[in-house]
Amino acid sequence: MAWTRNVLRVNLTNGSITTEPLNMQWANDYLGQRGLATKYLVEETDPTCDALSPDNKMIMTTGPLTGTMVSTAGRYSVVTKSPLTGCIACSNSGGYFGNEMKNAGFDMIILEGKSPTPVYLYIENDKAELIPADDLWGKSAWATDEEIHAKHQDPLVRIAVVGRAAEKGCLYSAIVNDLHRAAGRSGVGTVMASKNLKAVAIRGTLGVGNISDPTKFFKASQDGKKVLAENAVTGEGLPALGTQVLMNVINEVGALPSRNHQDVQFEGASKIGGEAMLEVRESDGKANLTTNGACFGCTIACQRISTVDKDHFSVKDKPQYHGNSGGLEFENAWSLGSDCGVDDLDAVTAANFLCNEDAVDPISLGATIAAAMELFEEGAITVKDTGGMELKFGSAEALLWATEVTVRGEGFGKELGQGSKRLCEKYGRPELSMTVKGQEFPAYDPRGIQGIGLAYATSNRGACHLRGYTVASEILGIPEKTDPLATDGKAGLVKAFQDATAVVDSAGICAFTTFAWTLEDIAPQIDAACEGDWSAERCLVVGERIWTMERDYNLAAGITAKDDTLPKRLLKDAAKTGPAEGRANDLHKMLPEYYEVRGWTLDGVPTDETRSRLGL
Amino acid sequence: MLRSLQIEPEKCTGCLQCEMACSYQAEGVFNPSKSRIKIFTFHDEGRFVPYTCTQCTEAWCLHACPVEAIVINEATGAKEVIDDICVGCKVCTIACPFGTVNYNQETAVVQKCDLCGGDPECAKACPTQAITYVDSEHSGLERMRAHAAQNLPQDNA
Repeated sequence: MAWTRNVLRVNLTNGSITTEPLNMQWANDYLGQRGLATKYLVEETDPTCDALSPDNKMIMTTGPLTGTMVSTAGRYSVVTKSPLTGCIACSNSGGYFGNEMKNAGFDMIILEGKSPTPVYLYIENDKAELIPADDLWGKSAWATDEEIHAKHQDPLVRIAVVGRAAEKGCLYSAIVNDLHRAAGRSGVGTVMASKNLKAVAIRGTLGVGNISDPTKFFKASQDGKKVLAENAVTGEGLPALGTQVLMNVINEVGALPSRNHQDVQFEGASKIGGEAMLEVRESDGKANLTTNGACFGCTIACQRISTVDKDHFSVKDKPQYHGNSGGLEFENAWSLGSDCGVDDLDAVTAANFLCNEDAVDPISLGATIAAAMELFEEGAITVKDTGGMELKFGSAEALLWATEVTVRGEGFGKELGQGSKRLCEKYGRPELSMTVKGQEFPAYDPRGIQGIGLAYATSNRGACHLRGYTVASEILGIPEKTDPLATDGKAGLVKAFQDATAVVDSAGICAFTTFAWTLEDIAPQIDAACEGDWSAERCLVVGERIWTMERDYNLAAGITAKDDTLPKRLLKDAAKTGPAEGRANDLHKMLPEYYEVRGWTLDGVPTDETRSRLGL
Repeated sequence: MLRSLQIEPEKCTGCLQCEMACSYQAEGVFNPSKSRIKIFTFHDEGRFVPYTCTQCTEAWCLHACPVEAIVINEATGAKEVIDDICVGCKVCTIACPFGTVNYNQETAVVQKCDLCGGDPECAKACPTQAITYVDSEHSGLERMRAHAAQNLPQDNA
C-alpha cells in the first residue's frame, strides 16, 4: 500500500525529533489524512486545552493516495484545535507540499509543545532538523519562502509557511505552501505561529510506492481520470473558469450574499466573476487570467494564474505585485468582492495576493471586513477607530487598506484579525456577525439554498461549505437535483454529503473530484492502493465514524447543540430579491431530523448505540 | 517511422503526471525527483514548461562517453544508457548542452530519457496533450496546420 508507515514526531519544547511507525489499525479504521490525524489528536490531547498553548498539537498529514498517480492526489491537511472556533480544525491544501512529505518518507508530522525561539523544520528524506528562524520572524510568507530556498540553494524544496498575520495573532491565519496554495480555514496558521514554528521545508527523493498490484492500480486510476475528463464540470467548466464558474450561477439563484448578508444578490457579480477574468484590459491588452494551473497530480487544473493591472491604484509603483500569482477562486472573489460590495476585479485580485503573501484565510478576512463595514455604516465603528479610513461598502480603497493592515497585524488590523464574532461583540452588535461557532460564512446564502444552512449549522469546524457541499445537489444537480428552496429530505442529504466528504478528505484527493466522482469511483482507487477490501459501503461507514468522532471532540470541548445554529439575520430576515425572495432559512424544520438520521439524541449527542455501531 | 516527443508548453498545467509516470516506469515508484522529464514552473510569468532529451542525431553525450555506455536504439532512435557499462564518470552530463543527462546517486550511474523503448509513459500520462509522441519528420505539423488555418475565410467557419 502507498503508505510510508512512518510518522515524524517533533517536540518543539525540547527539540527532540523521533520517528515512529504509523498506527495501521487506526489507518484501517479512519483511512488517512483528516480521519487518521483527528484520531491521533483525540488520543493525544485534551479537547478543552487552549488552542494557542503548548498543550495543543498540530498534525500535518497525508492520505493513502497522496503522492500517487491518482488524479489530484497531492493533498495534505493540517489537523489541530482551532483558536477561532474552539472546535476541531482540519484544513486541506494542494500544491506540491503533501506529495513531498510522502516522498521524504513520512505519512504524518506531529508537532507538539512550543519552541523557546523561532525555528523552522527542515526535512531532507530521513534527516530532519530544527533551524533557527529569528531572521525570518517578522517576514511575510512570500519573503520567507524565498529566503529558505536561497539558503538551501535548492529550488525544489517545498515549503509551508506562516506570515506576519499569524505571528501577530490573527485568529484566521493560514499556512501557505507553494506561494499560493493554503491550508486556509480555522486559524491553523495561528496555531503554528503560537509554537514559534515559522515554516516546514521538505525535500523528498525516496518515492512513493508499495503498490501491491500495479496493474489493478493503474486501471483504477486511469478509469478515474477518464471520468473526470469526460465530465462537463471537471473536464470543461473548472479548467476554463475555475471555481469562478459559480459567481453568476449563484447570483442568479439568489444565494450570493452581499454587504454582510444584507442582500442575497450582488449587482456587481458579473464584474468579478470567471467570465470577467477573461476580458482583455484596455491598459495592457492582457486579461486578468493568464492561464489555468494544476496542483500535484491533478488532471482537472482549476487554479487561476492571474495578474493585476500594473496601473491599478492597488499595485501602482509596487513591482512585487506585477507578476503572475494565484488568482481568484470563487470564495475569495465573493468574500473580498461581493460581501464587501466591491466590484473592482483588480482590487479584489490584489487583496487576494496580499492574503497569500501573509498567509491569511480570505474567506474569514473578507467576511470580517464586511462586518466591519456594516458596523461602520451603523456608526458602531468610527474613523476614530480606523485612524481615518471610511470603511464603507463598495469602497475598493477601504478593502485594500483593511486587508493590508490585517495581514500585517498593524493598528486596527489587529482587531479585524480577531474575526467577525469577536469584532461585532466588542462593538456591541453581536447580531451582525455572520458566523457559526465563530467561523465566518463562505459564499452561499442559506436563504436561497436551504440545505447548505443545515450544513453550516452542523459543520464540525464552524461555517463551511467544504464539510457538506449540498450546493452540488441543490443547484448543480450532482449527483441528483434537489429543490434549493425545499427543506424536506435535506437532513439525509446533508448527512450523505458530510460522510462522503470525510472520506474524500481522508484519502489524499481533492473535494472537486466529487463534481464527477462518487464513492463508487473513489473506492476502487483506494482499494487498489491500500490493504484490505475498500468498497463504497465501507468508505461510507468510515466517513460516518470520522464525522461522529469529530462531533465527540467538539462536545468534549464544550461545543454543543446550542451552537448548531445560524445568525438571526438568516433565520428571521427574509431574502429581499431573487427566487428566494420572502424566505429565511428554515433550520428548525431540518435540524431535529438531522439529529435523528445521525442516530444522535435531540440534544445532538451521539447515542451509545450509534457510537457502538461505529466502533467509537 | 521514427517518432519524437513533442512538447507544447502552453498546454502544460504543471500537474507532474508525466514525472510520476516516468519515474514509475524507470524506478517502480512515484518519484518526481527521479523523473527523466522535468516540468519547470516560471511563477511570475505564469508558465509551466516540460523539458527532456530530444535524442540528438549527433549526440554529445554518446560521443563524450569514454566507455561507450551510451548506445543508439536503432528502432526508436533513442540514445540509451547501458547501466552495466556506465562507470558514473558524469562526463556526458557535462557534454550535454541541454542538461538532460543526469547522475542518479542511488544507482551510481547516469539516467536519461530512453523513450521507454518506443512507448513513452510521459506522453500517455499527460492529461492535456502538452507532451505527444509524433512522426519525427512532421513534428511541426500541428503548428503548420494552425498557421494554415489563419488563411481560412472567416465567414466559412
